[in-house]
Amino acid sequence: MPLIEIRDLHFYRGDRAIFKGVDLDIYRGKVTAIMGPSGTGKTTLLKLIGGQLLPDQGSIKIDGQDVHQLKHAQLYELRKRMGMLFQSGALLTDISVFDNVAFPLREHTDLPESMIRDLVLMKLQAVGLRNAKDLMPAELSGGMARRVALARAVSLDPMMIMYDEPFTGQDPISMGTLVNLIKRINQSMGLTSIVVSHDLEETMAIADDIYLLSDGRVIERGTPETLQNSSSEWVKQFMEGLPDGPVSFHYPGVGFEDDLLRSKAAK
Amino acid sequence: MRQKKSTEVTVGLFVILGLLALFFLAMKVSNLTSFNDEPGYRVTAEFENVGGLKARSPVTLAGVRIGRVESITLDSDTYSANVVLNLYASFSTLPTDTAASIYTAGLLGEQYIGLEAGAEEEFLKDGDVIELTQPALVLEQVIGQFLFSKAGGDE
Amino acid sequence: MDGIQRLGRWAIGTSERLGRGYLFLMAILAGVPSTLMRFSLVIQQLYSVGVLSVFLILISGLFVGMVLGLQGYYTLVDFGAEESLGVMVALSLVRELGPVVSALLFAGRAGSALTAEIGLMKSTEQLSGMEMMAVDPIRRIITPRFLAGFISLPLLAAIFSAVGIIGGYIVGYGLLGVDDGAFWTQMQTKTDLYADIMNGVIKSVVFGFVVTWIALFEGHDAIPTSEGVGRATTRTVVHSAFAILSLDFVLTALMFGEV
Ligand SMILES: Nc1ncnc2c1ncn2[C@@H]1O[C@H](COP(=O)(O)OP(=O)(O)OP(=O)(O)O)[C@@H](O)[C@H]1O
Ligand SMILES: [Mg+2]
Repeated sequence: MPLIEIRDLHFYRGDRAIFKGVDLDIYRGKVTAIMGPSGTGKTTLLKLIGGQLLPDQGSIKIDGQDVHQLKHAQLYELRKRMGMLFQSGALLTDISVFDNVAFPLREHTDLPESMIRDLVLMKLQAVGLRNAKDLMPAELSGGMARRVALARAVSLDPMMIMYDEPFTGQDPISMGTLVNLIKRINQSMGLTSIVVSHDLEETMAIADDIYLLSDGRVIERGTPETLQNSSSEWVKQFMEGLPDGPVSFHYPGVGFEDDLLRSKAAK
Repeated sequence: MRQKKSTEVTVGLFVILGLLALFFLAMKVSNLTSFNDEPGYRVTAEFENVGGLKARSPVTLAGVRIGRVESITLDSDTYSANVVLNLYASFSTLPTDTAASIYTAGLLGEQYIGLEAGAEEEFLKDGDVIELTQPALVLEQVIGQFLFSKAGGDE
Repeated sequence: MDGIQRLGRWAIGTSERLGRGYLFLMAILAGVPSTLMRFSLVIQQLYSVGVLSVFLILISGLFVGMVLGLQGYYTLVDFGAEESLGVMVALSLVRELGPVVSALLFAGRAGSALTAEIGLMKSTEQLSGMEMMAVDPIRRIITPRFLAGFISLPLLAAIFSAVGIIGGYIVGYGLLGVDDGAFWTQMQTKTDLYADIMNGVIKSVVFGFVVTWIALFEGHDAIPTSEGVGRATTRTVVHSAFAILSLDFVLTALMFGEV
């Protein structure tokens, strides 16, 4: 049985459908990658899984529990077992790097301060930022902030982690380290990971399972190998990064020429 | 940790400052102190008219405050006001023929009861009645009388 | 037609906001017991909401009291009633100016800061991040600030009134030569602990509740952009001022109406 089962998910922002019937399974102990063009709703999907947004139709079950039927307290219990790396990092800006990573531990455990210190230094060491522990979030670069956020997301040793674009803004060296880290965390702790990313190569390297989303639906699903050999136009375009094809680079709406003509007509 | 401690100390000082301010308002500004007067003894005085006198107005003797008005009620038989005075126990040597009048402090000031000591040998006790009273001056009446006497004088 | 439609939209929008504000308040209050268990969070906020406002309150209170002393003296001296200066200063401060002016200053100093802080935390996904760390931002962030505001304002208002009365005394006795004894005794006989001082305190408790609620709600409800947060901050000050002044009228009518 999969850890997360998403069935017939519909979600609207105003009148705009972000999801029109998505079915998705995420298996325990696996790294599942979710890919798709910018603005398809990958971040939205993670927020739906975390119970921060309510679907308009359909259900999301984690470990057999329907996330959106849970009571407040139960939802918070469940979230203790989930880690999430936000696209923006979402570090608390008025406390230091160290305190940020220590935050979930201090909130949810009664561990003595000395043990918290050891744990935090361990997590920071893993992301290569142990010596940045006294910096404030405002003093970090975007990539560093993301790594601190990663250290924080794993500080409670959750059963699953959702990474929202973990590789963006990382140099090749830390990128390589992060790829290894995510893989290692997944294997050593038997964690379930969901990785949202645009970075094909890295995603291919760590994912067991890949979902391609576009236009509110799952377009393709498979292992890295099957996707690479897929005959679908859409998948090819996405995998090879071609500007023309079934996926439009542009936000949906009127065509460029129509728009130009219209503005002339208005004059 | 050090920063946390100094935060706690300043917050503590802030709370103390606020409570001191409240204490100051209660003790120095309001009549709380005069509420907790030393338990005194009560005497009653009957006035034809009390004007603007209120419960808790001061009672003075030779300008010195020696008590306060406890209550004012209407006597339905005599149609006059029954004023109960609470006098401090330390002024227990008021002669029984002491007189009580209602005065106004300044032109617009508050009204208070002024006592004038008499000459009797015996002293007022709890529950006694002050016989000699002079009602409050009601400004309209005074002016009315003044105008009346003026008019009368002209004739 | 257009005007009517706009009015309708405004009315719908406003009642939706009121509804959200009410639900938000209920959520805050539901968090009070657990926040009381972790009072250190409230103490931190008492520092930024209360302590940092003390200086402003002290200075403003002193000057307002001194001005009252001057103005009161020139009015009263014409009636030969300058001895009542103490009463006038004390009653104006304790009943009205203390609670109202300190609430207005509090809205400008602490309320706007609260809105900006919460709004920024929302726009940088810090609140959302906390939710995902299974930390309820209402309980961890909002309720401690609410309690701090609610506790701070009555204390600040008391400080304001006390300093103001001292300011009035400095001007009346020190500068204008009003009789020392008359200033205090008249004040003491005419100022009632319950009717005046306690009612003033009740006013500032109500203002503290409302101003902090507005400030936190505006921050939490802000559109998460820099412009949105800026607007929310302005709204906090404007709505707080409206709320303070209109509630002051209602409370005054209720408390001092029947003489
Ligand atoms: N708060 C919001 N209000 C209204 N619309 C929103 C909001 N957040 C996102 N959207 C819309 O939802 C769509 C999906 O957004 P989402 O952030 O999930 O995209 P994404 O797939 O994560 O994109 P990216 O790869 O650029 O991060 C976007 O087209 C966006 O316009
Ligand atoms: Mg995204």
